[in-house]
Amino acid sequence: MAAFYSFLAVLALIVIPWLGVGMGMSALFGIALPYIAIIIFMVGFTMRIVDWAKSPVPFCIPTTGGQQKSLPWIKWSPWDNPVDKKGVFMRMVLEVLCFRSLFRNTSVKLQQDGPKVGYSSEKSLWLFSLIFHYCFLLILVRHLRFFLMPIPGAVGIAEFLDSILQIGLPVMYQSDALIMVGLLFLLARRVFDGKVRYITLMQDYFPLFLLLGIVLTGVWMRYVVKVDVIAVKELTMSIVTLRPHMPTAPIDPSVYAHLTLVCALFIYFPFSKLMHMGGIFLSPTRVLPNMSRRAQWVNPWNDPAVKAHSYEAYEDDFREKMIEAGLPVDKKA
Amino acid sequence: MAKYPPPEELIKINYSTPVKSWMDTKTPFKPGNFSYPGKPDILKYLGMPNPRVWSPTDDDWQLPPDWQRLVMEKFRSLLKKYRSFKVFMDICVRCGACADKCHFFIGGGDPKNMPVLRAELLRSIYRGEFSAAAKVLGKLAGARKLEEDVIKEWFLYFYQCTECRRCSLFCPYGIDTAEITMMARELLHEVGCNINWILEPAANCNRTGNHLGIQPHAYKDMMDFLCDDIEDITGKRIRPNVNKKGCEILFITPSGDIFADPGIYTYMGYLILFEHLGLDVTWSTYASEGGNFGLFTSDKMMKKINGKMYNEAKRLGVKWILGGECGHMWRVINQYMSTMNGPADFLETPVSPITGTKFDAASGTKMLHIAEFTADLIKNKKLNLDPSRNDNFISTFHDSCNPARGMGLLEEPRYIMKNVCRQFYEMPENTIREQTFCCGGGAGLNNEEFTETRLRGGLPRGNAVKYVRDRHGVNNLACICAIDRATLPPLCDYWAPGVGVSGVHELVGNAIILDGEKKRTTDLRQNPLPGMEDEEE
Repeated sequence: MAAFYSFLAVLALIVIPWLGVGMGMSALFGIALPYIAIIIFMVGFTMRIVDWAKSPVPFCIPTTGGQQKSLPWIKWSPWDNPVDKKGVFMRMVLEVLCFRSLFRNTSVKLQQDGPKVGYSSEKSLWLFSLIFHYCFLLILVRHLRFFLMPIPGAVGIAEFLDSILQIGLPVMYQSDALIMVGLLFLLARRVFDGKVRYITLMQDYFPLFLLLGIVLTGVWMRYVVKVDVIAVKELTMSIVTLRPHMPTAPIDPSVYAHLTLVCALFIYFPFSKLMHMGGIFLSPTRVLPNMSRRAQWVNPWNDPAVKAHSYEAYEDDFREKMIEAGLPVDKKA
Repeated sequence: MAKYPPPEELIKINYSTPVKSWMDTKTPFKPGNFSYPGKPDILKYLGMPNPRVWSPTDDDWQLPPDWQRLVMEKFRSLLKKYRSFKVFMDICVRCGACADKCHFFIGGGDPKNMPVLRAELLRSIYRGEFSAAAKVLGKLAGARKLEEDVIKEWFLYFYQCTECRRCSLFCPYGIDTAEITMMARELLHEVGCNINWILEPAANCNRTGNHLGIQPHAYKDMMDFLCDDIEDITGKRIRPNVNKKGCEILFITPSGDIFADPGIYTYMGYLILFEHLGLDVTWSTYASEGGNFGLFTSDKMMKKINGKMYNEAKRLGVKWILGGECGHMWRVINQYMSTMNGPADFLETPVSPITGTKFDAASGTKMLHIAEFTADLIKNKKLNLDPSRNDNFISTFHDSCNPARGMGLLEEPRYIMKNVCRQFYEMPENTIREQTFCCGGGAGLNNEEFTETRLRGGLPRGNAVKYVRDRHGVNNLACICAIDRATLPPLCDYWAPGVGVSGVHELVGNAIILDGEKKRTTDLRQNPLPGMEDEEE
């Protein structure tokens, strides 16, 4: 049900602009919506990060993933158990760029006779999510072509590498195919893996369908209808330069569908789990060094009024018995 | 003795998930899946709300009249106090990587024991009460209203989490269920839903200095009794300092070790080690507890109980503190102590008086782990050891959750093990070090009535022990945690019969040759040493 509604929502986000443009509302979908989306994204994203950052981190609670820094002759895991900023930086680089924690993933198998509980390495989630995220990044970089003038060299390099197999005309970008593979795998897990299906909510299906919609409309534009790229760039550059106007040459409605889906993604982003992009950098179990035994970690709301039951009260309670047992006391009875 | 099914039956675990949404699935309370609630007089002593006599199997939990407001207000205040809580509520993508990392899920198959779903129990209320969009979409968006059944569900599942943090290691964002469970337990305290096995030790610890409620004279008696045993075994009389001012070091260890088998042998190990070194050390009855059940209660309780360590160090005028083998104790010391009750300016960075090694890892808290201390002694060849005395033991080592994932103390105890015994085998790599499995009794769940669920949760550990037992003939599971020493013996009897449990310093105590000791014929358990089976006393 949740999957179906998500699918319908994405379908609506394709159909509405498609029809709307036919009814002469291209400026709404081509100019107004992108501005609204960008503003909501930037304001929303910032507000979420600020909101998180405003909450204090009372305790230093990293999850340590390896040997602590100890005696000099004991081999230490500086990246899985960092003690300083440099180590945390490496831990985060590995986490964000290589999905270090997902790479650890295992799968449990229970064998009834024996019984035997076995653990096997399970890297498919790591692999496909890595594929998805990197393809998405690459596609974003390629799209800078539409928003920058002159086009930076890096964009050209990205395009060159992404089309290095030289298949088809217009030449096919491998990332277009790979991102589909990644997204379909992530979707298939949610549908076919019982455990994952059980925990999946509408807000898990929706972004997958939305991204699939974006990829499919993009593929449709580039490889099937082969839209007028010059006109599209005229539109996008007019938006970027804050002198928005509709291009004179007509633009295929699929462009508006594509653009609307992207705007939907931008608008949805700050209010959704997609904020894991920012949240990972604020996750105390990952970004804090294991240093609270070496130096002082300060809790801003530490309450000095909370005090231990004092020794004096303790001795008052047990003085006679302590004296009888020959234990030293501070005050004689 | 609680009743529970035999292993052949308990192992029939079904990992499939129901067709119905988890929100529509209610888990009944039945003997073995919950812990008994906090007793009213204990709640009153601790000043906690809504003391009453009740049982989780009651229909009416006698919540206070405005319980919804109380819970939601606390929810809001916790979100303000902890970034972790806020971020963990917001960024989970439900990828499911954590699902089969929880020992309770592996051993029970209840989908609500998947860490992600445990967190969703709270998140659903977070969405349902704080997010307008989710409120409208309701169940589709994983949102629901705070009803009495939610409180019941929280009580069941947040007291089926041992805060071991194994899920947090595998989570791509580091979402830590221990943190979420702590928050949930604080919410439950607001309406008086908590368990006695945590609160009574906390109350005891406050008054008597230790969880077991041992009063000072009784503590001294027990200590003398263990010294008697040591004298029988080694021929040497040890006279440990207690509450003595002016020593160099204060030693604090969990009280479980002075009280119960097999912890007492570890305790004897400490005594022998200190005697061997001639260490200027004192024990304390006021701070006679290393563990801290406040960690499983609330930040306030944790701080209150922990405060005694520095109080006592200051009163006795020691230079630094040495801490014994304990799991959650070391999470508190490593990650909370100095923040809550420090800085301990009146103490010095620990320096081993025997080797001169300065322990920079403890330069903030001034509190050193006994495994670090002993590993350094062995490395510098300061201990006179006869590892053959441990030849009856074929050992493996169980990493306790907290020293592993809340500290990273992995090599030190292993180094000691390899030097004090000659037969040592590791369990499979997915079950040790940072990936270690809980004993099933952490976070205050090592009580009798919870045994069935605990044994289920103990399956991954028990099965790993069985693996090395069958493969290498392992008969001893060494550990550095007092809760382990209480929970692992029944766990091994159940899943890997024939394997016993010891502390690391019990083995150290066996191996140490004291100056002028008599020829030992037995180990600390008074079992004959290898080759001494026929010797008479």
